[in-house]
Amino acid sequence: MTRSTATRAPGAQPEQLTTPLDPDAAISIRGLVKRYGERAAVDGLDLDIRRGEIFALLGPNGAGKTTTVEICEGYRSRDGGEVRVLGVDPAKGGRRWKAELGIVLQSGAGGSQLSVRELLAAQASYFADPRDPDEVLELVGLTEKAGARGRALSGGQRRRLDVALGIVGRPRLLFLDEPTTGFDPEARRQFWALIRSLRDLGTTMLLTTHYLDEAEELADRVGVLAHGQLAEVAVPTALGGRGTAPAVVSWTEDGTRRSAETTTPTAFVAGLAGRFPGEVPDLAVSRPSLEDVYLKMIGDRP
Amino acid sequence: MTTAQRTALPSVARVSRTRAGVELKEFFRQRESVVFTLAFPVILLLGLGAVLDYDLGSGVDFPQYFMAGVIAAGIVGASLQNLAIHIAGERADGTLKALAGSPMPKTAYFVGKVAQVVAVTLATVVVLLIVGVLVFGIDLPSGGDWLTFAWVTVLGAAACTLLGIAVSSLARNARSASATVTPLALVLEFVSGVFMPFDQVPGWLQDVAAVFPVKWLAQGLRSVFLPDSLAVREPAGSWELGTVAVVLGVWCVAGLLLCVATFRWQEGEGR
Repeated sequence: MTRSTATRAPGAQPEQLTTPLDPDAAISIRGLVKRYGERAAVDGLDLDIRRGEIFALLGPNGAGKTTTVEICEGYRSRDGGEVRVLGVDPAKGGRRWKAELGIVLQSGAGGSQLSVRELLAAQASYFADPRDPDEVLELVGLTEKAGARGRALSGGQRRRLDVALGIVGRPRLLFLDEPTTGFDPEARRQFWALIRSLRDLGTTMLLTTHYLDEAEELADRVGVLAHGQLAEVAVPTALGGRGTAPAVVSWTEDGTRRSAETTTPTAFVAGLAGRFPGEVPDLAVSRPSLEDVYLKMIGDRP
Repeated sequence: MTTAQRTALPSVARVSRTRAGVELKEFFRQRESVVFTLAFPVILLLGLGAVLDYDLGSGVDFPQYFMAGVIAAGIVGASLQNLAIHIAGERADGTLKALAGSPMPKTAYFVGKVAQVVAVTLATVVVLLIVGVLVFGIDLPSGGDWLTFAWVTVLGAAACTLLGIAVSSLARNARSASATVTPLALVLEFVSGVFMPFDQVPGWLQDVAAVFPVKWLAQGLRSVFLPDSLAVREPAGSWELGTVAVVLGVWCVAGLLLCVATFRWQEGEGR
């Protein structure tokens, strides 16, 4: 760690050091603070999101997810700390900076009189180098609905329109705020495929979600926000020490369910196999799920 | 590092043209807004013009008098009411927030709104004149009155446009904006001599009306549609066109300042 005088988290101990902003990151945040009245919604947050990755921000309601994301998008002011999004302070971002971003919001398309294609063409016209609206419709699977107005779309279709509006400007960084809320499982699968195809096109994504399986499925790294700070940042399989946590082996013996925690499940199962003539009854080996470690993480903190 | 210098962003003029197209489609494709804003004054003209039948002297019947008033009401509807209601709706449903997060130049949004007001005002005035002439045989303005007609309309519509944008920030959504602005506009129109001769409005209400732009808009339009012999029935005994210009101009400035002070692209910061 190098000493930084400019960016120290407010409230941090003087001897606690922070690294400087990362100029190569898509998003770099140091000591971010945002207060609403007396309450600090974000309280000294540090975060770097690399170019090209999908980063999922998890956390319960009120943990500061929306506040953090909206500060990065330039929608909200901050009370302390430093933020760079694509190298620019969001509080000072102009048109050219905004042209590099895609923001997927809950759309107002339901009240619009414009067709899906017209909405997309209008949005494209604000950008320097937009994607072809028809190609974007193809990408999100709305080609058949190109002539329909917003109110004629189902919830899932409207959300895909929101994504289409977010990516038509060919953004380098895409913000996705709870993109699959209200989707049925089939629509979510399709949506995930769409997000992966965008990643293949090189788009960096900051995703907030309540669905842990979604984060696990899509994200290169996840960050868990609790009480306005990052509790942990890790790849989904390693979050909360999942990768090295003891496995739980369970089986049925003498008519009762038994289980044991072990760091060497393979050896343990081999031992079990020796005690039974054939198959070990109801054998199962499990590691803590992302949900288990997540709930532990947000519950543990004061 | 910093944002790459790719191709140049589209010019403000080009985006403004896009926004004007968007705003015209949004208005003319929505049946409610077309009926409410465009057809309402026409219905008023047909209804009141057929029912009310009194002679104002100098050979002026009610439809001829009402022409000025109903055009004033049409202008207020196309600008103040229309914008207050629709912008409040766009703020409530997140349309404004999405635009603010896009690289659309903010000027282009307002240019689009102005284009909408111009188109709706023009359509309203033309339809009212056609109905007035065909149904009630009203006399069209002549000569220099057209010029007065033009500048009073432009100045009045400008003041009401700016006020409409400012008022939109007071409402939580389109419905509450409609519930606030519609009665307010009707009251202003009543006390401003839109629906009845202004000299029949009680004196103290005339004084109240004189604070607001609708009275001066209606008075300026009366000078266009009524013979000069009726100017004596105005409070000052004349059309006071100079004062009309000054008051409407002051309201434009006040409305602009209010817009700058109050306009928000999203609901208040919460959570």
